[in-house]
Order: sequence, then structure tokens, then C-alpha cells
Amino acid sequence: MASKKRAVPEINAGSMADIAFLLLIFFLVTTTMDVDKGLLVKLPPWTEESSEEQDIKEKNIFVVLVNAQNQLLIEDEYASLEDIRRLAKEFIDNNGDGSCEDCRGLRDPNSSDNPRKAVISLQNDRGTSYKTFVTVRNELLGAYAELRNDLAERKYGRDYQSLNETDKEAVNEIYPQFISEAEPVKIGG
Amino acid sequence: MAHIKKKKKVETPPLSTASLPDIVFMLLFFFMVTTTMREVTLLVKLKKPQATEIQKLERKDLTTYIYVGAPKSAALGTEPRIQLADQLASVGDVQQWVILQREAINEAERTKFTVSIKGDIDAKMGLISDIKQELRKAQALKLSYSANPAASAEELFKSF
Repeated sequence: MASKKRAVPEINAGSMADIAFLLLIFFLVTTTMDVDKGLLVKLPPWTEESSEEQDIKEKNIFVVLVNAQNQLLIEDEYASLEDIRRLAKEFIDNNGDGSCEDCRGLRDPNSSDNPRKAVISLQNDRGTSYKTFVTVRNELLGAYAELRNDLAERKYGRDYQSLNETDKEAVNEIYPQFISEAEPVKIGG
Repeated sequence: MAHIKKKKKVETPPLSTASLPDIVFMLLFFFMVTTTMREVTLLVKLKKPQATEIQKLERKDLTTYIYVGAPKSAALGTEPRIQLADQLASVGDVQQWVILQREAINEAERTKFTVSIKGDIDAKMGLISDIKQELRKAQALKLSYSANPAASAEELFKSF
């Protein structure tokens, strides 16, 4: 016996839009699109001795001091925030012993030997404001970024960000990043 | 015979709303995918510094936030404090807390664990440095100083 198929009544989809709107408004209200961005740094591992003495020649260290009044002293001379990037670049790129073929530094014998030996030491006071610290840190990172970018332009004809991983590593090999954040002391003031 | 011709009204066809649900759904999915619920209520005043050399923190689930700033409630004074999750904490709590946060991540990805310090511009480096020392003790060595993007370095200097 062929039974007559019962017709399934069609579901009314008219209120679908209302439901979707409801959900949409909920997500619109709860959404926050903040992507966290920041200066990525790496901390040195914890050691019990408060200060480990390393054998680094005086001329290979670029000392940046920031005091409680947010004033800067770079290599024993007063400086302003605008100077940091230029001075840091000159220091890193100096290439005193000539072992860095890709560097274009001034080859001043009293400045750093080569970028692999150059260390930037950032020391601040406990009273230094966070804003100043971040700005100084930003400038130091910027100095490295600019040097790497310049090298990438010269070597590969493209900017650093568009290089592939191996090329990036080759650039990083020439300009490795050595920035040390020393424990804060009372510099004075 | 005069025949008055009735002017026929030009009727505009009714707008079809059949595709409205599709459009709404499209928007809905967009917001569903991009949404992140705000996970903490800020107890401290937070005005982030500006910087140009910033990098995105890709993985939110591998990042832990430490907020530093003056408390919002006047009863707690004006001295900058540390906020971990939903409560104010002291420097001594940081190490324990960071270790706990890292334990929650699956083991294969634990090396990518990053701590993001969201500090107020008026905070002093003394407190930030104390946090840094605690992070070193906790072996949480990847750190990010959270900042807002600035258009150029010149603009950055102007704010001083």
C-alpha cells in the first residue's frame, strides 16, 4: 500500500533575522579588538650573585644612564632623547678592528671593536619614570632595527621585514642585539 | 466623449528583505571570530607609553599580563601598585603567580610563555625593576613592555 507522504510543513524563517540580530548585538557590545603590542625584550636568567663581572673592554660598552629627573648621560656626556639613536648606531656600527665587512662605521679606535662585541648597557635610577625608560629602550631597539634594515637594503635590496627567515638570521648574525638592562641604583638626585 | 484618463501611479516594488538574514549572519560571524571578552577589570589607572619599535604579541593564551599603576580608588593612595588578574598584589606575589600561570599552559608551548607588563607612564622604574627581578627568579624571561604605537620618533619626543 503506497501511503501518501505527509507534507512536512515549512518552517517559518521570518524570525531568523531577529535572532541573528540579537546575537550580533551581543557580540558587538562585548567585543574588544585590542591586540597587545609592546617592546619585546629578553631578561637574563637569575643568578644569586648580584653582579657578575664579565671581561668586556671599556670601549665595547655603551653606557646609557638615566637619573631620577629623567636626564640622560650617554658615555659620560649629557644627551637628549633625540641623540640616543644616532649615538647608538655610531657605536654599534663602528667596527674598530675591521672584522665586520658589512659595517660602514667610522672605525674609531676608541669605540666598539665590532657589532658582535658591542654591548649597550642601560642603567636607570629607581626614580626614573616608566615613560622615559620605555622611550629610551625604544630608541635603542630602533638603532638596531635601522642598522639591520640598512644592511638588508644593501645586501638583498629589500627591507628587513620582508626577508625570509634564513636571510633575517644572516642579518642578525652581523648585528646581534646586546642590550643589558642593569639593576637600578641610586644614581643621584 | 471626454474620457478622463486616470493617471496610473508608478508603484515601486517592495524591497526584498530575504537576504537580510544572510547579511546579518555575515556580520555576526565576523564579530564572533574577532571577539575577545575583557578578562579583567582594571583596578589601576593605566595610560600606556608610546613606542615605535613594537611587535605584536601573537598568542593571547601564552601571554600573562601584569598591570602597574596608581590605584583607581583614592582610599588606596597614589603610589603605583601591581595588579595580577583581578586583585592588587605586592611584589612578593609576582613570582608565585607567574609560575602558576605558566603551569596552566601545555608543556610543549611553555617556552613561548611571555609576560606583558602594562605599565602606566607615571609609574617609577623601581617597582618595574622589582617585578623584573621576580620574573627572572621565576624563569619567565620573555618580557614585553606594552605600548601604544606612535607614528614616528619625533612625535614621541614631543610628548616630553
